[in-house]
Amino acid sequence: MIQADVLIVGGGGAGTSAALHLARRGVRVVLLERGLVGGQATGVNYGGVRQQGRHPAGIPLARKSREIWSRIRELTGSDVEFDPSGHLKLARSAADEAELLRWNTLAVEHGLRPRMIGRNAIRELYPHFSDVVIAGSLMEEDGSANPRLLAPALARAARKAGADIREGHAVTGLEHDGTDFRLLANGTRFAAPWLLNCAGFWGGEIARQFGEAVPIEKLHPNMLVTEPLPYFLRESLGVVGGGLYMRQIARGNIIFGGGRGESDAGITFTRPRPDAAFEVMRSAIAVIPRLEHAMVIRSWSGTDGTFADHFPVLGPSRTTPGLIHAFGFCGEGFQTGPGVGAVLSELVMDGVTDVPLEAFDIGRFTAAQIAV
Amino acid sequence: MRIVVVGGGPAGIRAVEQLVRAGVTPIWIEEGPDGGGRITQRPPPGFTRDHAALYGADAGRARRLHATLDAMKPRTDWRPDTLVWNIRPQDKVLHTLTNGAAQGEVAYDALILCTGAMDRVLPLPGWTLPGVTTLGGAQVALKSQGVGIGANPVLIGTGPLLWLTALQYAKAGAKPAAVLDTTDFLTKARFGAGMLWNLPTLLRGMGLFAQLKLRGVKLHEDITPLAIEGVDGVTAVHWRDAAWKEHVTPCDAVGMGWGLKPEAQLADLAGVPFDYDATQQNWVPRKDVAGRAPVAGVYLAGDGAGIGGVEVAELAGARAALAALGDAHLPSDMALTQHLDGRLRTERRFRKALEQAFPYPAKLAARMEDSTSVCRCEVITAGELRAAAAADAPEVNRAKAFSRVGMGRCQGRLCGTPAAAVLAKALSVEVPEVGRLRGQPPVKPVPLQQVG
Amino acid sequence: MTVTRLLDQDRTAITFTVDGVQVPAKQGDTLLTAMLTAGLGHVRTSEFGDGGRAGFCWMGACQDCWVLVVGKGVRRSCTTLVEPGIEVVRR
Ligand SMILES: Cc1cc2nc3c(=O)[nH]c(=O)nc-3n(C[C@H](O)[C@H](O)[C@H](O)COP(=O)(O)OP(=O)(O)OC[C@H]3O[C@@H](n4cnc5c(N)ncnc54)[C@H](O)[C@@H]3O)c2cc1C
Ligand SMILES: Cc1cc2nc3c(=O)[nH]c(=O)nc-3n(C[C@H](O)[C@H](O)[C@H](O)COP(=O)(O)OP(=O)(O)OC[C@H]3O[C@@H](n4cnc5c(N)ncnc54)[C@H](O)[C@@H]3O)c2cc1C
Ligand code: FES
Repeated sequence: MIQADVLIVGGGGAGTSAALHLARRGVRVVLLERGLVGGQATGVNYGGVRQQGRHPAGIPLARKSREIWSRIRELTGSDVEFDPSGHLKLARSAADEAELLRWNTLAVEHGLRPRMIGRNAIRELYPHFSDVVIAGSLMEEDGSANPRLLAPALARAARKAGADIREGHAVTGLEHDGTDFRLLANGTRFAAPWLLNCAGFWGGEIARQFGEAVPIEKLHPNMLVTEPLPYFLRESLGVVGGGLYMRQIARGNIIFGGGRGESDAGITFTRPRPDAAFEVMRSAIAVIPRLEHAMVIRSWSGTDGTFADHFPVLGPSRTTPGLIHAFGFCGEGFQTGPGVGAVLSELVMDGVTDVPLEAFDIGRFTAAQIAV
Repeated sequence: MRIVVVGGGPAGIRAVEQLVRAGVTPIWIEEGPDGGGRITQRPPPGFTRDHAALYGADAGRARRLHATLDAMKPRTDWRPDTLVWNIRPQDKVLHTLTNGAAQGEVAYDALILCTGAMDRVLPLPGWTLPGVTTLGGAQVALKSQGVGIGANPVLIGTGPLLWLTALQYAKAGAKPAAVLDTTDFLTKARFGAGMLWNLPTLLRGMGLFAQLKLRGVKLHEDITPLAIEGVDGVTAVHWRDAAWKEHVTPCDAVGMGWGLKPEAQLADLAGVPFDYDATQQNWVPRKDVAGRAPVAGVYLAGDGAGIGGVEVAELAGARAALAALGDAHLPSDMALTQHLDGRLRTERRFRKALEQAFPYPAKLAARMEDSTSVCRCEVITAGELRAAAAADAPEVNRAKAFSRVGMGRCQGRLCGTPAAAVLAKALSVEVPEVGRLRGQPPVKPVPLQQVG
Repeated sequence: MTVTRLLDQDRTAITFTVDGVQVPAKQGDTLLTAMLTAGLGHVRTSEFGDGGRAGFCWMGACQDCWVLVVGKGVRRSCTTLVEPGIEVVRR
């Protein structure tokens, strides 16, 4: 049996970041990951490092994470292709424009500095947009990173700092003996007084085993990538109302998404859906006409957990002391991954964090809600 | 009963023939403008060479296949110029692209995939230069376009296609500057004995060799290719002989190929598991002797289901169709089924010997210089791939995630085999242990702009 | 490189344009064959700085021969036949 101070289930952005932050503070931490670190949502997402458009309750966490993103090289030894290229959210109607203004006002109250780009300016600055686009809001400090690199980089740094990161370790047995959590993974037993539930969509099942069933749902965003095209698009793009996001990497490929893919019942696979792809291909050309000659070379999907209120579950368990949940990031947890790890380490080590977590409390799901 | 056959090559033709015999009208989808497949590919309208000129020793087979092809077209829902780019097995739906532009959907109850193969390559310095093609490409150029990739090409690789292509070039009036075979004579001789199971084919192989010598084409065995030289095109090939002596052979083009690799991307998307075939040195989709995949309604035949050659493709195509008919409780010819099973058994023994006689030089691939592009789509070097291994990539998909090897337009069709060899060596494990690149839709690029 | 016409040359002569320049071809040529026999040398340029590309497999597998055909979209030159007067743009 392996005794540790903290056990982490799940090697996505949340889990690997927690492992790194804890190991740096000298904690004996063991992370158990079923596949390879970053093999699920954290490794296959769109790569948007975006604060823009978040609900005000989510902004403090996103800001904390953004601060860590700016130190990601120092922290991990790799830049994970993080590029604060700006995130530009587009309005395609007067109502959209009003929505951008509304959010910008809120965001300023939370210390962010979005900038409206009006009808004339957007024409001038972004000649590649069609007339469908009438205005935009730019968050200069947002941007993107390479999702395939983040969790492996965090895990590598965590290992260096002393964390025990075990890939190919599916946690199959899970209990709390009153003092310690006892986990079984890959034939080995692990014990520790702290357990961090960083299991992504599957975190719902872990919570259920501790008497905290939550109405989590599968989320499979539909992703596409084009062949390399001449570079023209600096900012990562979104549109009001969602349904299309798009960015171009320096090599020229345009990564874009919108709509939903699918999975089988056991989520042994996720697949992109052609109908969703066609829809998003149409809207992409409508916004950027020059894409009409581009070819799609690959498509995919992945699995995140989501809730009706669009908030993750992040904070202490209501049933089991020492258990902290961090899962169900509703399609927005790539940006927050590094910050979530910091928050988790603070909750373990200090008992408090400077990020308000009320909105993310697992206690918000009353029995009535769960029954639906 | 909606039966769909994908592929109009020998396997597809023979599958369709059995379906039609049983009274079924299959939907028959082929990416090219006409059927025939690779070995018996037809030139576009306007070319006048006859079967003997086009297909040489395979003329009789070509004539028979084309006759069946033409007879079947009106008795099926024949859809040429149509690429199947995705499968959603849970809904039993295919997604198609016609004439490179129009999207379509085809539902099936049974699906027979006869998607053929492509050349297996060994990346060399200079292999992305204009003038370098696959051996198959060199052959297609001659067969279906009447052109040579050069007037004095060097042909590098191993296998029957190497000599065959050389002879076809020589006969067409080009003068191959050299034929460079990476396999040594002993390996060929040792396993050649196993080919006695198929005497006519063996004799043809030996005949090729003799004819090439007769025409004064220089043949070198047991060589190591070093580099292809040139700036905007090919000017020479650098290679080393068995005695470790280096040579430079001037030439104006290079054809290269080391056997074939299944075009099994659709089987992959259909959810068919793959196994490593150590003799073939290929990952092949799993199927039973009749061609049934372990996925409901999916059947596999021909080179796309594991390299077997044209004879096997024809037999297996018919066999898979009979299996699909039987499984659907439609009339299927029992006597023919038994006959096919017997023939397929014999052919498999021959094939095994053939593969052993002409192995893929995985060791050469593994030793590739750091600066050589493994992945020609994304221009990723062997060095970058080795860096991925060092950064903790225990298998090829992780290495792809780190290095972008296999992320380009061809989806790893070309780099998959050599990348696995490089990675395995860097990790000090056997090639099968690093796995295979998983397929993703679309199997070939599709336009953003949609029509239809 | 010198892609060389060897056989079956008795076909109708036609012309089309590549990057605005008239190029001779024969009925039944693929775009790849026509461009390379006409001495154009390459059909596309690698995005990653290692020069021109002129296809590789000639059978629609390697995806290294895409060109733009005006009015039709992006096509593989090895699997697309020349038609009189079409306009090809190399990328
Ligand atoms: C296609 C897609 C696009 C997205 N785009 C963006 C974006 O642009 N910006 C953004 O901010 N967010 C985006 N997201 C959301 C973001 O990717 C996720 O919210 C985030 O990565 C979740 O991180 P995680 O660590 O919670 O979960 P995951 O990355 O899913 O990690 C959980 C890990 O737990 C492991 N695990 C589960 N159960 C067990 C067990 N029993 N034993 C051992 N291990 C277990 C899993 O194998 C997995 O590796 C996207 C998501 C998807 C799927
Ligand atoms: C380039 C090349 C040259 C060859 N030359 C010779 C030779 O000279 N002598 C010899 O003995 N053997 C040769 N072979 C091997 C020989 O072609 C095969 O053994 C035989 O043709 C296999 O038949 P098949 O029906 O399995 O596949 P193929 O003949 O390859 O036919 C497969 C067909 O499926 C179609 N197809 C594939 N994927 C899709 C899709 N997604 N959607 C729609 N259609 C699709 C293809 O367009 C093709 O027409 C060659 C192979 C190649 C690749
Ligand atoms: S030359 Fe390979 S796809 Fe055209």
